[in-house]
Amino acid sequence: MLNMTDIMETVTMIQDEALDIRTITMGISLIDCADGDIDRSCDKVYDKITRYAERLVETGEKIEKKYGIPIVNKRIAVTPIALLAGASGGDPIKYAVTLDRAARAVGVDLIGGYSALVQKGFAPGDTELIQSIPRALAETDVVCSSVNVGSTKAGINMDAVRTLGHVVRECAELTKDDQCVGATKLVVFCNAPEDNPFMAGAFHGPGEPDCVINVGVSGPGVVRAALANMDDTADMGEIANEIKKTAFKITRMGQLVGTEASRMLGAPFGIIDLSLAPTPAVGDSVAHILEEIGLEQCGAAGTTAALAMLNDAVKKGGLMAANNCGGLSGAFIPVTEDAGMIDSARSGCLKIEKLEAMTAVCSVGLDMIVIPGDTPAEVISGMIADEAAIGMVNYKTTAVRVIPAIGVPEGEELEFGGLFGTGPVMKVNTASPAKMIARGGRIPSPMQALKN
Amino acid sequence: MKAVITVVGKDSVGILAKVSCGCSDFNANILDVTQSVIDDYFTMVMVVEISKLNADLSELNKKLEADLPTMKIHVMHEDIFNAMHRI
Repeated sequence: MLNMTDIMETVTMIQDEALDIRTITMGISLIDCADGDIDRSCDKVYDKITRYAERLVETGEKIEKKYGIPIVNKRIAVTPIALLAGASGGDPIKYAVTLDRAARAVGVDLIGGYSALVQKGFAPGDTELIQSIPRALAETDVVCSSVNVGSTKAGINMDAVRTLGHVVRECAELTKDDQCVGATKLVVFCNAPEDNPFMAGAFHGPGEPDCVINVGVSGPGVVRAALANMDDTADMGEIANEIKKTAFKITRMGQLVGTEASRMLGAPFGIIDLSLAPTPAVGDSVAHILEEIGLEQCGAAGTTAALAMLNDAVKKGGLMAANNCGGLSGAFIPVTEDAGMIDSARSGCLKIEKLEAMTAVCSVGLDMIVIPGDTPAEVISGMIADEAAIGMVNYKTTAVRVIPAIGVPEGEELEFGGLFGTGPVMKVNTASPAKMIARGGRIPSPMQALKN
Repeated sequence: MKAVITVVGKDSVGILAKVSCGCSDFNANILDVTQSVIDDYFTMVMVVEISKLNADLSELNKKLEADLPTMKIHVMHEDIFNAMHRI
């Protein structure tokens, strides 16, 4: 029998602590759309996406109404488009425009998969797609792009790293009149997961089924509130335990929603991404959880340790609540999307070097960081290489999503609005890595890869 | 199938009456009510049978919000509470 305390706890989480399902993401394989003619290929892509995802938004809304739980985003992830571009040839931009059109037709918030997997080298279609990313992101609104440049098994493709430094800059330059928004839609990965429901890095990996539903949950506000209710004398073990309990509840809700969505849409339920995904809204911040644990401000000494504990506890609590876990699963630290991180970046307490250390113990990487507009491409490549190295050696996903603020002086901010938030230009170490980046080639995979 | 209606806010005359009328209009059968008033602060949890409901749950939610504009109201399917609080 339900009791009043439990009921009111759930209601408070939703009403006051910003608990929500961050996204229901439908993964769709486009392999069967590949055609030797790019226009025919695009027609098939449009048809398949609009057919499979026709009821996605409506289904999400129905579940929202039934359970009274907000489902913030409905999204689509597709097969990396470089695979189709390789088969069809032609200008890959046509695919970007097609994805944008299909996403709008079915009413989803974002569509991911304008992607290439080049950790070991470039196959047909990869180079063309990567070169086209800045234009694709400037000419479309809801298309997201990602490139996997490294993995523990393959090492790091430094030719791709070199190119991506330029691509990131160009993404910002082509959209400099619109807050450099192009760069917010491009993620450069190492060890990219094939079933990640979160943007901008979602794509539908080649090992995935024809169609699948993945769910990302969120609840930094709920975790913070749970910790706020604890005694100041509680030790770190007790805090970890409280986070586990809260993560369990949040994830159970994700499991319920995912099961229901998959039943209603007739597509298998893939995974739950056990994540703490912040938003710029008040009370929905991962940084504030760290501060609740006992840091004066996020970025202070102790931040990495607190984050490591948080990240681990979220996984341990969520694991038992979910039938299948996957995606990125962990705490996110996107600077512009987190009210506490924005404050820490503004005050100078949080620096890029500290963020880099934090990425070694949480789920993603240098995410949504605004950097000076005159940062050289080689420096961006160097940042990508460093992050990829952390991911490669630690057998985890890392990523870089930095936004060069073209034409914006230091001290000013970029404002993306919505979930992407706002952020100050952060200082970057500009000592040049140009000679190393120019070498290219491949960093060999580390000892950790040889597990067989 | 059951749903849970929660109503929270400043106490006044007729809250329970309005919620009950709303349930009756939508053919929701009231199974259980727990309510308390502490320091003028009203909290109510009502469990209703919704198998024969004549509209969407969200419609009932909207109707109750319209009838009790100063109160915070949630109408939610019971599955969500079972999922979160039972192993």
